[in-house]
Amino acid sequence: MTLVNGDPQVAAPDLDVLVRATGLTKKFGKFVAVDGVDFSLNRGEVFGILGPNGAGKSSTMRMIGCVSPASGGKLTIFGQDPGRDGPAIRARIGVVPQEDTLDTELTVLENLLIYGRYFGLPRDVIKERSAKLLDFVQLADRAADRVDPLSGGMKRRLTIARSLISDPELLLLDEPTTGLDPQARHVVWDRLYRLKQQGVTLVLTTHYMDEAEQLCDRLVVMDRGKIAAEGSPRELIERYSTSEVLELRFALADEEQAVEKLADVPVARMEPLADRVLLYTDDGDETLATVRARGLEPVTSLVRRSTLEDVFLRLTGRRLED
Amino acid sequence: MPTAFALRQFEFWLINYRRTWKGSIYSGVLSPVLYLGALGLGLGQLVDKHGTTSLGGVSYLAFIAPGVLAAAAMQLGMEEASWPVLGSVKWLKTYQAAAATPMRPADLFHGHLLFTTLRLLMTSTVFLIVMALFGAIQSPWAIASLPVAILTGLAFSAPIEAWAVTRNKDGSFAVIFRFLIIPLFLFSGTFFPVSQLPAVIRPIAYLTPLWHGVALCRELSLGTAQPGSVAEHLGYLLAVIAIGIVAGNQTYRRRLYA
Repeated sequence: MTLVNGDPQVAAPDLDVLVRATGLTKKFGKFVAVDGVDFSLNRGEVFGILGPNGAGKSSTMRMIGCVSPASGGKLTIFGQDPGRDGPAIRARIGVVPQEDTLDTELTVLENLLIYGRYFGLPRDVIKERSAKLLDFVQLADRAADRVDPLSGGMKRRLTIARSLISDPELLLLDEPTTGLDPQARHVVWDRLYRLKQQGVTLVLTTHYMDEAEQLCDRLVVMDRGKIAAEGSPRELIERYSTSEVLELRFALADEEQAVEKLADVPVARMEPLADRVLLYTDDGDETLATVRARGLEPVTSLVRRSTLEDVFLRLTGRRLED
Repeated sequence: MPTAFALRQFEFWLINYRRTWKGSIYSGVLSPVLYLGALGLGLGQLVDKHGTTSLGGVSYLAFIAPGVLAAAAMQLGMEEASWPVLGSVKWLKTYQAAAATPMRPADLFHGHLLFTTLRLLMTSTVFLIVMALFGAIQSPWAIASLPVAILTGLAFSAPIEAWAVTRNKDGSFAVIFRFLIIPLFLFSGTFFPVSQLPAVIRPIAYLTPLWHGVALCRELSLGTAQPGSVAEHLGYLLAVIAIGIVAGNQTYRRRLYA
């Protein structure tokens, strides 16, 4: 730790830690939305907050975005205090909120103009950046159109372009692809991946494990206001799951009996779900052979890699997208 | 005092207004022509025949024109403070979008009040011109009723906006219109002197900002204003605006920083 002016009490702010939360808490009346979480976020990384609806992801994001005062704990962003330095912090942050907050009556360009003016940017700078950003999000041909008739995916991309108008150091994305069809999601992921390549620091919340796996360098799994685990996607999978998963489906009538018989198949863990049984193992094919040797004939069987969904199931006993 | 940030929000409303300003000019001209034509000239002929001593001896047209000026400002103040605010905070959520930028909730509030002031200035100017064309102005002091009309509008806009930003549905706006704005329009001395009201009701009329706006606009237009009454009416309007702004600073913050 470096010292400033030789004073041993004052540590120099670590320039590479953009966000630091200690015991961060958010309460709405008696309901505790965020329950004493600790995390820090480094410059240049893509940090994910993965969790089901109601886990406290959005509340955490809103506190980082300085639009929701913390109920307890400590939060610093760029080494500053959100309560005191809100406008200065927000000037360096871009936000893609969960719900679109575009002015649908106005045109694509007017939306960017207004947003740029909120940051105090001169009109010619906004004009220049708008052209580049609309190219980036593949909306250049819609620049003069009203926002209202644009598709959900286009609106999302416009919201991303809008969040970049101020050239932010930190970009907050709250469920950036929720509600989009698979094709539109992939376009958004591709754009976010490019931002990552450009070195933009991203924080994103999601309840899609594939989104988190593809984009995040590091993530926390949140459940009921608390952080259940933290690490890179790979680390989390290695720590909380086996390398492979065997998924078995049985005829409804046989299922109960099958689960009983599977109990003594040597696997790391068995997870009976409503519609199928998951067997956590390091060799799925071998386990499937063992299952068949016990005289069990599943209707379908599938061997796959472990994912963050399995991590979440292990940590919370529940599925992510329920 | 509005800050540079509030001016950015004012700019937003201007950009937004580009879509609708033409329509608002037409209605800004049409409304005084209809009121002064139908009531001032039409009804006025009947009233004037029966003598106007209780109106202070002036024609009915000259009596009601400054009253309708103030009442129209009240209506515009209410309109601007209701649906556009709910639209921004609930339907489009553009206020939430702005709150994620350096803008503070109070900047959004003040920026909108500035825009409301501009609209009040535009429609009241048009109204005064129509009044002049109808020959409804009796004193050059009438020009001073322009800022008074603006203050009358803001005395409704500021407190109503402070409340509107806390709403999630627009149903209560219709209630306000029906049970507050229309009764005030009819009973605040706009069309007949408040002295004609039963004695029990009169004090209520004196409490409403509209009565103060109507009375002062009328005194200026007729050239009968006295320093004492001017100070009293202005003081009342400014106090209501100040209370509305203080309240709105709170309600905007509470709504946008949950």
